[in-house]
Amino acid sequence: METNPVINSEPIKPTRKSNFKLSRIFIYLLLVLGSVIMLFPFFWLVRSSFMGMNQIFAFPPEWIPKPFMWSNYSEALTSVPFDKYLLNTLMIELLVLAGTLVSSTLAAYSFSRLRWKGRNIVFMIILSTMMLPYAVTLIPTFMMWKELGALNTIVPLTLPSWFGTGINGVFNIFLLRQFFLSIPRELEEAAYIDGASPLTVLLRIIIPLSKPAFIVILIFTFIAVWNDFLGPLIYLNDDSKFTLAIGLATFKGLYNAQWGYLMAASVAIVTPIVLLYFVAQRYFIEGITLTGTKG
Amino acid sequence: MERNWGILLAAPAMIGFLLFTLIPMIASLGFSLTDWNIGGSFSFIGLENYKTMLTEDKLFSKSLFVTIYYTLGSVPLVMAGAFFIAMLLNQKVKGLSIFRTIFYLPVLVPSVANTMLWLWMFNPDFGLLNTILGSVGISGQQWIYSESTSIPSLMLMSTWGLGNAAVIFLAGLQGVPAHLYEAVEVDGGGPLRKLWHVTIPMMTPTIFFNLVMALINTFQVFNEAYIMTEGGPNNSTLFYVYYLFRTAFKDSQMGYACALAWGLFLIILFLSSLIFLTSRKWVYYEGGEN
Repeated sequence: METNPVINSEPIKPTRKSNFKLSRIFIYLLLVLGSVIMLFPFFWLVRSSFMGMNQIFAFPPEWIPKPFMWSNYSEALTSVPFDKYLLNTLMIELLVLAGTLVSSTLAAYSFSRLRWKGRNIVFMIILSTMMLPYAVTLIPTFMMWKELGALNTIVPLTLPSWFGTGINGVFNIFLLRQFFLSIPRELEEAAYIDGASPLTVLLRIIIPLSKPAFIVILIFTFIAVWNDFLGPLIYLNDDSKFTLAIGLATFKGLYNAQWGYLMAASVAIVTPIVLLYFVAQRYFIEGITLTGTKG
Repeated sequence: MERNWGILLAAPAMIGFLLFTLIPMIASLGFSLTDWNIGGSFSFIGLENYKTMLTEDKLFSKSLFVTIYYTLGSVPLVMAGAFFIAMLLNQKVKGLSIFRTIFYLPVLVPSVANTMLWLWMFNPDFGLLNTILGSVGISGQQWIYSESTSIPSLMLMSTWGLGNAAVIFLAGLQGVPAHLYEAVEVDGGGPLRKLWHVTIPMMTPTIFFNLVMALINTFQVFNEAYIMTEGGPNNSTLFYVYYLFRTAFKDSQMGYACALAWGLFLIILFLSSLIFLTSRKWVYYEGGEN
């Protein structure tokens, strides 16, 4: 049975070869074309970020900046306090990442490794909230923070992460649980025989083995916080508290037609994420694949 | 002991679920039965909000139409494009990781920067798209600035982000066992037969996953409307969540906005259940019968 395909395909091969080669060329042609289309907006973004006002509004449009207006960047990034927005964003990043790391690790460990009654139902209920439109909880949550006097602070944007919710919270529990489930049980059984508590097992065995999974959730959560727009839009109204995303949108309102500045500011916000991607590409692909194929 | 530890460690997540999901959800349902305005009256009006939505509110039906229109265009475009690219990438191409990087790169662009970039690309006078059209002798379009082309323009924009679905599809394709293709070859089947009898059936779980996620996301489009079009021109891009946001945070009609939120929830619930229920008929799970 197993050898049949080999025998059968032998005589066909020579006649198909030229056909095969042609289709290979066609595949590469399509891929290159697709890549060019994907990259073109990036080119346009960078090209525009270096253009002065005269050139950007030249007709017909020109492709290459002449001269390169590096000053777009210094102008754009100092005309509104982007350094402050960066600090604000990093502060939120720090609190969200720390919170989600702790809360999702504890929950995922409990949901994957410890047996207790109702565990699977609780996990399924929490998991199902991933499909809940955020609009449903938005208004009461907003009113709750308002009553608590937490509007215009970063509390509404960071505290939920310490409770397994907030940005990517449930997703992180799901992803870590998947990973913990793949760790062989024999390792911890030995520890339990020695009288270790579940917490010791988590700290000594599970966590050290799960570094790749932690990197995946840290990267994805970092990006989600970096990109979050609606959250800061609703909760922060004081200019000095703004994040980069909100700052960029505000900047657009102030410099409406100054496309060179706008594109320079956009490049500045895109670049850290792209650099992160190139450094940690392996984890990105792993993370996306893990969510897509085991859902 | 294990039980106590289990509950203790899951406690933060359970408290979070109660505080930030379940209670707000119930509160939202409660508010949707009131005429609550910020700084105004607060009285129980039963299903009045829902009645207004369904019978009087032209903007509700408009926003629902806009959202469905966009979804019907964007989801098939992105899915088909992503599937096609994943198929190409799965032909044992050289430089796979480079191509994959390129197709995934647009997904990384922060949403606000993305809307800024496309706003500029859509510019009728100096934007990239009309420049390209002009160079091949086609007259420029108004893109998001005209009522008839605004949503198709945003559909086009959404295809730039197909890399996420493509990477997921690619992972699925790489998991299709080679012996199935060989079996088709034995029977003398060509590439089309392989696609139809092996690839697509084996990929249905992944297609199912991508479809549900895409649907949920397109029904919640907000940034494009808020940053690029402000719902215009002439409400042609009045996306549902943008309308909801405006009702709540511009008009302060919290009660009505909660009703809109529950309307959205029910619509998404209905559509996902529809996909889930029909999935028995078209999603193939390997070893599902054991």
